[in-house]
Amino acid sequence: MEHNLQPIPVKHKYFTPGVIFIAIIAAIGMTFLLGRFLFGLGAVTNLDNFYPWGIWIGLDVAAGVALAAGGFTTAALGHIWHRDKYEVLVRPALLTALLGYTFVAFGVFTDIGRWYYIWHPLIMWNGNSALFEVGICVMFYLTVLYIEFLPMVTERFMGKVNLPGFLKAFNKIVDKILHVLDRTLNKVMWIFIIAGVVLSCLHQSSLGTLMIIAGEKMHPLWQTPVLPLLFLLSAFSVGFPMVIMESLTASKSFGMKPEKEVLTSLSRFVGPLLGVYLAAKLGDMFIRESFVYLAEINTASIMFTVEMVIGVIIPLRMFLSPAVRENTTGLYIASMLVIFGVLLNRFNNFVIAYDPPYTDASYFPSVGEIFVTLGFVALEILLYRAFVMIFPIISQPVKGAIQKAKYAIKGA
Amino acid sequence: MGKQTRRDFLKVSAALGGTVAGLSALSPKEAKAADMKNLSEDRMGVLVDTTVCIGCRRCEWMCKKTHGYDAGDIETYSDEEVFNKMRRPHNEGYTVVNRYDNPDQPYHPINVKVQCMHCDQPACVSACIVGAFSKKEDGSVIWDTGMCIGCRYCMVACPFQIPTFEYDKAIEPDIRKCDFCHERTAEGLLPGCVEICPVEALTYGKRRDLIAIAEKRMELYPDRYINKIYGHTEVGGTSWMYMASRDFHEFDFPKLKNNPAPGVSESIQHGIFAYFVPPIALYALLGGIMWVSKNKEKKHGEDE
Ligand code: SF4
Ligand code: SF4
Ligand code: SF4
Repeated sequence: MEHNLQPIPVKHKYFTPGVIFIAIIAAIGMTFLLGRFLFGLGAVTNLDNFYPWGIWIGLDVAAGVALAAGGFTTAALGHIWHRDKYEVLVRPALLTALLGYTFVAFGVFTDIGRWYYIWHPLIMWNGNSALFEVGICVMFYLTVLYIEFLPMVTERFMGKVNLPGFLKAFNKIVDKILHVLDRTLNKVMWIFIIAGVVLSCLHQSSLGTLMIIAGEKMHPLWQTPVLPLLFLLSAFSVGFPMVIMESLTASKSFGMKPEKEVLTSLSRFVGPLLGVYLAAKLGDMFIRESFVYLAEINTASIMFTVEMVIGVIIPLRMFLSPAVRENTTGLYIASMLVIFGVLLNRFNNFVIAYDPPYTDASYFPSVGEIFVTLGFVALEILLYRAFVMIFPIISQPVKGAIQKAKYAIKGA
Repeated sequence: MGKQTRRDFLKVSAALGGTVAGLSALSPKEAKAADMKNLSEDRMGVLVDTTVCIGCRRCEWMCKKTHGYDAGDIETYSDEEVFNKMRRPHNEGYTVVNRYDNPDQPYHPINVKVQCMHCDQPACVSACIVGAFSKKEDGSVIWDTGMCIGCRYCMVACPFQIPTFEYDKAIEPDIRKCDFCHERTAEGLLPGCVEICPVEALTYGKRRDLIAIAEKRMELYPDRYINKIYGHTEVGGTSWMYMASRDFHEFDFPKLKNNPAPGVSESIQHGIFAYFVPPIALYALLGGIMWVSKNKEKKHGEDE
């Protein structure tokens, strides 16, 4: 009998030495986080009136949103373009996006001074504000992501609802709800899939609009009216590398065979996407003649060069080479470089490029800020591991199973 | 098949990119940001004449006092030590006076009062996620603390780096800045700093009258002033304006262009969202692709 791929919960020991290490990082991060909520932003961060935004916005939020792009790019490829062979990647990508955005929300929650008013933008609208647009889209998209995730919940528990103790009485009714959900979701899922992609395109680009209003305070190497386009294009190009990196990491960590063929095939898109991004970035640079700033050797020019050479040009070359794409290690390194490039780009845009006219010292993140950021990443990894062990997310070879595309759009 | 896939994908990606690029390229001139018609012709302003200011810092004292902060003893404000360091407005002092050397007349240093400029098209108003900031008819730019979520985007946006934030508070930290004493002026009083200034370095009046006064002064005393009113056109004009004897950049005034600070970002913002047409068009486009590719897939399957 043939071995077919089917998403099933991963069976593996949860705690390994590596996981314990990650858990410790998460715990340290959460301790600092507690300090922030008890004693205020000033107690834990190096933010001040000169530098109102630091790495919590630059990395946790801005880079977080970008790196969750695997969710919508993969959904678009698998479900809108109907490339069924990539189906196996959609669920892990969706989970990453779900966790990624959840932590973006936590990041915002942590950074804003009056976190208990986080709901204000829902009823107090300022359509002129790029931040409002990003905020609203992210809230909607997060909702969409949870809806898109529901089928994995129904699939996991349908017919297997077994609540403990007195809750047993609800078993039947919960099961019934799951069945109804399953049926309706199948019919309406396409609405949410497209909405997810649209919302992503909107807020990925609006994220680029955010810093434009800082005007002269932003270094000309990054300050440009086409920032929204650049942000969107870089989000497009980092989506698949994220999926590749995660897939390879997960198979390594769980001792499974990497889905090399699918990944190699997926990696063909990355080169052209990166190429378009690079072209837009260089085009902008020549039109605005901002390259003159590269001649000055300073933090800005060095960071810009690193971002472009290591984060874009080298991985672009790698992804264009068939030898690299056929090779798991090559793929992994190239993907990591793209991820690094986009991470650095967001950091540069939000932190390095921001150059206030009046300062007493430049901003460097505090130990607390760094640990909270690391803590969030660590928590995300821990949750990812837990989720793939509970829910049918990672596809594995199953004897005689028929691959069922959960989101197959009926009647479309 | 493989080739086909890629070509389709790129084609559509390019189309998507193109749409957004087209929108982003909207020049700020075409789409004027915050429109001027909300601005009252009679809005008020203050003209700061730095050639008159003696650096007594009474305005600092009065500003604290009118806003209910511990202002301390007014006599202590004559201490000139503070001028050794460049200072910025802070949470409990919405204005500060800084001192600069005057190479022309070494015994008459130049004193510059700093506070919110009350921009005509304020970046802070445009940026605030919840719309807590607003530009009032009287020219003042004020904000509603109750709405604020403490995101500090207004601080990122302000070209003069004015709003400050209470980083040391865990609960109800506030954004703070000069509010043009709008409560006092509503009662017919002068702004605190203007009222107390002993040498009339500050003139409160209708903005357009202030410009006329400044132009007159520059004409009458060409040796005393450089021919420029800072704030007349910077970032689309500000309610507070300055006159000086030397180039403003020597006194740390930011170099700013004349287009309104929120201009570019607002036109992009409105371009991407113009009446929800672009998002809906994208939705329809993707829906179409989904449908077509589904059918193709089916046919493909049948062929095989
Ligand atoms: S100076 Fe800054 S805070 Fe004051 S109105 Fe202008 S943008 Fe707003
Ligand atoms: S910190 Fe408050 S006032 Fe400033 S932009 Fe955010 S919500 Fe608006
Ligand atoms: S106008 Fe009022 S708030 Fe502003 S600096 Fe003068 S006294 Fe202070």
